Amino acid sequence: MFEENKTANEYLEIQLLLEAIYRKYGYDFREYSVAHTRRRLEYRRAREGMTNYSSMQHKVIHEPAFFEQLLLDLSINVTEMFRDPWFYQKVRELVFPHLQTYPFVKVWHAGCSAGQEVYSMAIMLEEALMRERTQLYATDFNEAILEKAKNGIYPMDVVRQYTTNYQAANGATSLSDYYTADYDSVIIKSQLKEKILFSPHNLATDGVFGEMHLIFCRNVLIYFNRELQNRVFNLFYESLVPGGFLCLGSKESLRFSDVASKFELVSEREKIYRKKREG
Amino acid sequence: MNCNGTHYRAVVIGASAGGLAAVEKVLSQLKASFCLPILLVQHISPHTQSYLATHFEDKCALTVKEADDKEPIKRGYFYIAPPNYHLLVEYDGCVALSIDPPVNFSRPSIDVLFESAADYFGKELIGIVLTGANSDGALGLKKIKEHGGLTVVQTIETSEAQAMPAAAIQTGCVDHILSLEVIGDFLNEICEC
Ligand SMILES: C[S@@+](CC[C@H](N)C(=O)[O-])C[C@H]1O[C@@H](n2cnc3c(N)ncnc32)[C@H](O)[C@@H]1O
Repeated sequence: MFEENKTANEYLEIQLLLEAIYRKYGYDFREYSVAHTRRRLEYRRAREGMTNYSSMQHKVIHEPAFFEQLLLDLSINVTEMFRDPWFYQKVRELVFPHLQTYPFVKVWHAGCSAGQEVYSMAIMLEEALMRERTQLYATDFNEAILEKAKNGIYPMDVVRQYTTNYQAANGATSLSDYYTADYDSVIIKSQLKEKILFSPHNLATDGVFGEMHLIFCRNVLIYFNRELQNRVFNLFYESLVPGGFLCLGSKESLRFSDVASKFELVSEREKIYRKKREG
Repeated sequence: MNCNGTHYRAVVIGASAGGLAAVEKVLSQLKASFCLPILLVQHISPHTQSYLATHFEDKCALTVKEADDKEPIKRGYFYIAPPNYHLLVEYDGCVALSIDPPVNFSRPSIDVLFESAADYFGKELIGIVLTGANSDGALGLKKIKEHGGLTVVQTIETSEAQAMPAAAIQTGCVDHILSLEVIGDFLNEICEC
């Protein structure tokens, strides 16, 4: 019985720590995947040389700087330009023809991390000659990472991977047309940034983002539990125009949510969905 | 989820270089009534389309599938980590996937699966490290042992790549070092359905 109690106690301590973070700082991790959260907290606990999560709770209540650290630990910012190139190809092929029919298009990137995803989209819109009539909104709950997104500066060594991805996604020219290279980093050209509005938004606690034609939310929901996922799907449903598109990460699915029947599946492998028109 | 004949509730397997043949060997020996769920991390290039499930499909009695995020772990199933995702066991007994950075240069990582499975299953877990050319799985196996679970490693001699079983054995936390030929039967004896 000892082992079971130990695990149960630890689980309780984690819940209390997350409760403290929520009550004190307003960031709600209470409905994130526990296995994932535990792993991130465990990493910080070991690095700080602390023996348990309760002492982390004490520290996070009394030291805002420690909270900032935990916030970084808990938001996994792994991202790439043109991540899953085949996905971007499908968006161009199946979603763009519909976007072409609107005089003005609004796109929301929820959980945009350091900006690679929204810049990829901006490039595709540019190449489809739609940039002038598109507004992109890029949001994340982590303001430090949003700052990076705004700057659009990426290290040279990762840009090689981005270039491979861009080509695999059938980019029209060369990725280097869209950045200025420095000695060991690149900066995204300002013409791509003009149509993007970066702002903080927390999917767990903030509200609807109105009248979108297309929403990207990729590899964010995977960190949420089923209940929170479901709430966020409802949020997306409310934020889309009828006939608007929702794109998820390749391991995320609308299937089990209660809005599932209100969307049609456009492409299974790419996880592209479309909000049905009423009636 | 319990098998009537044993107090174990799940098996986790980690394999790397040479793993396809090794895992196949183990699976092919399992008797038709083997019912403990098995979760596998096989190191694989992140850019491949997933083919592992198809590969193993007709080679064992369990139902083979690539793990879906947040699906419940059921007996009689064999779950495989998708390429480029970590596979974890969630606190409610479902699987969870994540794109956290690679661990031991690997995503999926064996340690990530083993550690989270140890958290959930405690002493009711069997961990197996097979052939491989790195040291992923060693820390995870140690944690399984610390939680009272059963730990198994393939013998160096029968491993196509030796570093991974060697690193696991080095931890001093291994209950059984078994040649590849007998691992399947060893599992059969544990699951007495
Ligand atoms: C793994 S990244 C995915 C980035 C990008 N969408 C992609 O697929 O490459 C997940 C992002 O979600 C953000 N995130 C996590 N929880 C969030 C929440 N409750 N609200 C908004 N963003 C969140 C994290 O800060 C992180 O930048």
